[in-house]
Amino acid sequence: MSRSFAGVHALREVTLELGRREVVGLIGPNGAGKSTLVNVLSGFDLPTSGSVELEGKDVTRWSPGRRGRNGLSRTFQHSHAFRSLSVRENVEVAALGVGASAREAKDRASELLGTLGLTAQANAAAETLAQGDERRLGVARALATRPRFVLLDEPAAGLPEAELPDFSSAVRAVRDDHDAGVLLIDHNVALIMAICDRIYVLDQGRMLAEGTPGEIQANLDVAAAYLGESAVQDTGA
Amino acid sequence: MTLAFLGMNWQTLADAVSLGAIYALMAVGIGLVFGVLRLVNFAYGQLVMAGAYALAFAYDHGWPVSVGILLCFAVVLTLSLLLDRIVFRPLRAHSPAVMLVATFAIAFLLQSIALLWFGPLGKISASLAALNQPVTISGVDIRKIAIVATALAAACLLALVLLLGRTRVGLHMRAAAMDFRTAELLGVRAGRVITAAVLVSGVLAAIVAVMLTVQTPLVTPDFALRDTILVLAGVVLGGMNRLVPATLGGFAIGFASGLLGGALPTNWSQYLPSFLFAAVILVLLVRPGGLFTREGQRAAERV
Repeated sequence: MSRSFAGVHALREVTLELGRREVVGLIGPNGAGKSTLVNVLSGFDLPTSGSVELEGKDVTRWSPGRRGRNGLSRTFQHSHAFRSLSVRENVEVAALGVGASAREAKDRASELLGTLGLTAQANAAAETLAQGDERRLGVARALATRPRFVLLDEPAAGLPEAELPDFSSAVRAVRDDHDAGVLLIDHNVALIMAICDRIYVLDQGRMLAEGTPGEIQANLDVAAAYLGESAVQDTGA
Repeated sequence: MTLAFLGMNWQTLADAVSLGAIYALMAVGIGLVFGVLRLVNFAYGQLVMAGAYALAFAYDHGWPVSVGILLCFAVVLTLSLLLDRIVFRPLRAHSPAVMLVATFAIAFLLQSIALLWFGPLGKISASLAALNQPVTISGVDIRKIAIVATALAAACLLALVLLLGRTRVGLHMRAAAMDFRTAELLGVRAGRVITAAVLVSGVLAAIVAVMLTVQTPLVTPDFALRDTILVLAGVVLGGMNRLVPATLGGFAIGFASGLLGGALPTNWSQYLPSFLFAAVILVLLVRPGGLFTREGQRAAERV
């Protein structure tokens, strides 16, 4: 697919495939088009050309909500939590939205908040959460829809280093326990390398490389386009 | 004693509380729809007016009170759903200004229709006039309607708290009011949430119509117009973005209106709206985010 804004190519003939039961990473420098790609996939943006398919169906013209009800869920870089609802209610909204009973929604919320380490904050208003917790709430909420595919847009940004292992196991649990496909976007290359089964590298709207973490690591083009720059970013952050 | 000093009595106080209660219901009705559609429904008063005409129509034909009330609910709810389908939904994607102007147009259209059908002189709806009789509670005369309206409003607000807090559609309405797009993404059915909000808002308008016709049995095309303007001011005064502050704002302006109406000398009462609106402007100058919102909330809502 391609997407351009006012003549500027944000995505040039990019192809990305996400299967169930796999964690796929998407990396690339700022402005590479990662968010545009997620927006197109989740229905928040239309491709200029090309199409989006969900389990064999052309969903290019479907609304985000319709895609959501059909198994495709996403999180956002900026928190879209329902601010004055409690953390638990935020998750329940999502479970109820896909048809869970009140009882199921409660159970699912408890389970997910446990998995993501948010049990202690369950009854607090979402607006009181710290940034890292807010991102995890976003993940919990996306998972509460029992998605078959979930797009995580920088879910680990702002997470303290110590919480990364827990976060990684939560992402793997989505793949292994829920049989879902996960597209993980993050700046933390080490995290992506550690969790993902396959990785795509996007640069200036083009798909630069695709492969297993080992292959990507070995790819010098990638090192030039991304790793060098990210090293600069890491020291700057 | 203090009451006597202010030139008021318990009757005035009870009337003020009941007017506040009725305005609080109108504020909820306006606030619910604003929450999910970001639409300030200026035509809300005309829904109340339509309900009042339904009551007058039933009274005119000598139908029993219960039939009149049923007709009132049927008319208001049908009209609410029609407005939603024909006007609000098609305009949902447009700017709030477009929607506000559309509701102005609807308000005047409905008024004109009432004028054409029922004439300028108005119709009488006196089937519940007995509620204007006073009851004596420990030596104080209080009109029955003041008690009924206050109790009914309290019951409605309680039911609403349960609906919003304990039910699936309530949780979805609250989520949608905060962030409609995200709610939709999470599978919340926009259409159902909007229909629910419009219906609840319509039920409240019908109840308000019944209560107001007891106090003002003469139903004219501008019935409830002044009340709606006051309630809208109250909602803005309380804080438009959240339901509880908006409701408190509605109550406050109704209460103040009732109290001043009772306290002001008769030849001053024509200035009552001026006093109220001057007070509203003053409050908004001091607290632009609303009277009943917390500092932190207001800062957060603006981001």
